[in-house]
Amino acid sequence: MKNSAYYKTKNILINLVIYLFLISVAITCLFPLLWMVSSSLKTQEMVFKNMSLIPKELHFENYYLALKEGEFGRYFLNSIFYTVSVVIGIVIVASLAAYAFSRFEFPGRNLIFYIFMAAMMIPIPGSFVALYVLLNKLHLRNTALGYILCMINVGLSTSIFLLKTFFDKMPKELEDAARIDGCSKLGIWWYVALPLATPVLAVVVVFNALNVWNEYILALIIFDSRHLMPLQVALQQNFQGEFITRYPLLMAGLTITALPIIIVYLLMQKYIVKGVTQGAVVG
Amino acid sequence: MKFKSTLENYLFVLPAVTIFIIFYIIPFIWVFQLGMHEWDGILPTKTFVGLDNFKEIFLQDKIWWQSMLNAGYITLIALTFQNALAFLLAWACDREIRMKNWFRVIFFIPPVLSEVVVGFVWQWILNGHYGLLNYWLVKLGFAHLARNWLSDPNTALTTVAVIHSWKGFGWGFLIFLAGLQTIPRELYEAARVDGANAWHSFRKITMPLMIPVIVLVAILTILGTMQAFVLIIAMTGGGPAYHTQVPVLRILASMRGSSRFGYACAQGITFGVILVLISFIQYRFSKRARV
Repeated sequence: MKNSAYYKTKNILINLVIYLFLISVAITCLFPLLWMVSSSLKTQEMVFKNMSLIPKELHFENYYLALKEGEFGRYFLNSIFYTVSVVIGIVIVASLAAYAFSRFEFPGRNLIFYIFMAAMMIPIPGSFVALYVLLNKLHLRNTALGYILCMINVGLSTSIFLLKTFFDKMPKELEDAARIDGCSKLGIWWYVALPLATPVLAVVVVFNALNVWNEYILALIIFDSRHLMPLQVALQQNFQGEFITRYPLLMAGLTITALPIIIVYLLMQKYIVKGVTQGAVVG
Repeated sequence: MKFKSTLENYLFVLPAVTIFIIFYIIPFIWVFQLGMHEWDGILPTKTFVGLDNFKEIFLQDKIWWQSMLNAGYITLIALTFQNALAFLLAWACDREIRMKNWFRVIFFIPPVLSEVVVGFVWQWILNGHYGLLNYWLVKLGFAHLARNWLSDPNTALTTVAVIHSWKGFGWGFLIFLAGLQTIPRELYEAARVDGANAWHSFRKITMPLMIPVIVLVAILTILGTMQAFVLIIAMTGGGPAYHTQVPVLRILASMRGSSRFGYACAQGITFGVILVLISFIQYRFSKRARV
């Protein structure tokens, strides 16, 4: 009896330590974000003096100022536009290719597929220099189209891999039935294969959306005009200069940038976990 | 008929292949071409200089190798501190505990945020004059520890490395957790029946089965951390005095700062080759470890 009581206390103690550990790390993850929101609601004067997490008064006008004076409304719309365009582009282009790699026979099929896969694993840290030169030549630098095409390319290999893996496991009966009914290849891809691939398409959409929204370096070298910049670059450019000491405005800008990502993440976290573990297998 | 069908098949991959050739293959080739030229990015003529750019990198560019060392230092901290933390958290979560899903959701919040956001938020917390961290240090009686974390040459690089680890451990955590969950519970049961304690089953069951996953996370960590730079732009801009410079920042500086496109490409190639070598060595090493 004494023995079992000993083990019981020991177990409770171990559990206590584990919980303390997990909870303290969780607080470390959340606190900087809460501090960001808190600072964004203080006045320029209070933000340097009042160190409490809950502000005495809530100054939402910082958000108004950031959106209007800092032009974050425009940058926000730019980011939305790039994200949506790139994701639509990737879904169409990658799923067409992945479907062909999985279902059709044609000379060079495996070679092309492996080249795509190799591209996923070879890092080329200087590629943005060459991309800059290329876009200049094509007169696509400082244009939305140039940026969108570059970003479609960035997400292509991984998306093709995820989609092809899924198509390979998907039963072919429905597609066969559609073919017998006289449906074209393109029709089967659109009406049969894509709807069946919804689970993996969700992973592709969420991952690429996060990736485009958070992208920085290509946007930095491609855009000169402020009115074309997405949030990440605009944040860095704006607050390196004139806004640097206006912390409440900066924090409001950061909150505007982070909030959509956090919301999408919380809604779609099931797919993100799936994508991380599947994507890791590739690497 | 057969011909027409094959042609149709090619049409499916045509958009992907076209984008890929224009935006991946061509720049890839150009990096190598430009690497052997001296060019300011504007003039229509480029001067062929052979391997001079590489000679300069290897023999003269001290800041480049300093930045390589800095990235190596950050990577070392990510490999040890960040991955150990990720592994411990995954191990702690791999059991019947309450709020398990909550922890999983929360630990992956830093990785979904952009480096710009993370960099600016932490820069504010770590601010030498008005930052929350120093405020608390002073308040709790550790005033001697308070400092200008990001502009003090002694602490800047380590601080950046710790924040990088804060942002990144969620990746390792998710992959480790997925790996731990594939280990059959029966193995632990059997070990317990045979009288093994928790430490024994951890060493004899968990560790050997997790080695492939650990190697995978290590490779991803090295490749990711060596190439990290946006966080640094947002936190220190590479300063104070080159103390937090990293290779990609140098490439960017060669291109935009000194308008030396050829040299920037040569730096990119040097760095790319080093990265491929590292992951190759690690891959070989892990293969041997598994046998």
